[in-house]
Amino acid sequence: MALTQDEVLAGIRDIVVEVAGIDGALVSLEKKFADDLDVDSLSMVEVIVAAEEKFSVKIPDDEVTKMATVADAVNFIVAHS
Amino acid sequence: MKIQNTQPSQNTRILSVGAYRPSRVVPNSEIVDAIESTDEWIQQRTGIKTRHFAGEDESLIDMAFAASKIAIARAGLTSEDIDTVIFSTITYPFQAPSAATELITRLGNTKAAAFDINAACAGFSYGVGIASDLVRNHTSKYVLVIGGEKLSDFTSPTDRATAFIFADGAGAVVIGPSDEVGISATTWGADADNRDAIMMTPSWLDFKKGATVDKIGWPDISQEGQRVFRWAVYEVAQVGKKAIASAGIKPSDLAAFIPHQANERIIDSLAKSMELPDGIVIARDIQTTGNTSAASIPLAMDRVLAENPQLSGKLALLIGFGAGLVFSSQVVVLP
Repeated sequence: MALTQDEVLAGIRDIVVEVAGIDGALVSLEKKFADDLDVDSLSMVEVIVAAEEKFSVKIPDDEVTKMATVADAVNFIVAHS
Repeated sequence: MKIQNTQPSQNTRILSVGAYRPSRVVPNSEIVDAIESTDEWIQQRTGIKTRHFAGEDESLIDMAFAASKIAIARAGLTSEDIDTVIFSTITYPFQAPSAATELITRLGNTKAAAFDINAACAGFSYGVGIASDLVRNHTSKYVLVIGGEKLSDFTSPTDRATAFIFADGAGAVVIGPSDEVGISATTWGADADNRDAIMMTPSWLDFKKGATVDKIGWPDISQEGQRVFRWAVYEVAQVGKKAIASAGIKPSDLAAFIPHQANERIIDSLAKSMELPDGIVIARDIQTTGNTSAASIPLAMDRVLAENPQLSGKLALLIGFGAGLVFSSQVVVLP
């Protein structure tokens, strides 16, 4: 069964809190990983590796580089789950 | 008539370790201008504060010789006792003969079996595995395994992906016979689909065809940092878990974790993924040594033992991983 946007957002929020150590309330769809959430390029890799495991999806490197906002990541996972 | 093993297989261990760090300490402040970076950025991304660069007249062999002399003396041996020398490096500037044969001339023992291995940042662990098996099967008795690199000769100071990472140094161990098992079976392999993630190009043949360094550059190391990071945090943890299982122990039996010093954030991620116990000593030599490829594990081992002498005789997990991509891991009893 396909995951909903809310389900994926909740999962991504947990991962970003774990990786970047920030307040989960800050993690919303319009936020930019690098500028708003203190997720640098290496932390982004950790987020993606954790998300792949959590949602059983494969996220190619060239897709990762396009994921500027939380919505970019959530929408990719929803579309491919 | 069938040939036979005339002697039972021999247990092995690391008898000693020696390290050499070049005297020139290079802080991030000396690196940042050429790559438009900052000390804070480098520390945050890699954990590196300072590293050592060899002088122009200080060769890879000079560093390896210094580390080897210490390791041989600490083993209570002399150069003549060493019958095999395995030199792991990717920065010896001659195609042949090997770095190992230049080293044995310096050691005054020109008759030892001597060869190089090219397994980049996994090279030291590859060497430990090979040496242990040579002693186990009585091909050799005392094997000197060196990891040495002068990466400053093969790193562009203006490459924003590598200039702040790589550095120089050499470490050596002597591996020999033991009453107890001191080196586990090696878990090793490659992931050559990612062969182009870390490269030293162009080829020497391009220069033979007339190209110049001005036109095509020098075969400096290049690295796709994020791709390697992703591979390391995901795949390499599995390698360590297999090595622990292969040694017949549990993570909680380990006293130290001495991985290749690629990036402190990889080290942290590996420790977390492998669920290493609280209180285990984790080598963080990278902070003041940088990434010295094949040299990083013996350098880190030397520092761990200098700072924690009580760990002598305790178990440590070694993991090397790097260009190839290749990986190797074993559990050892610390010398």
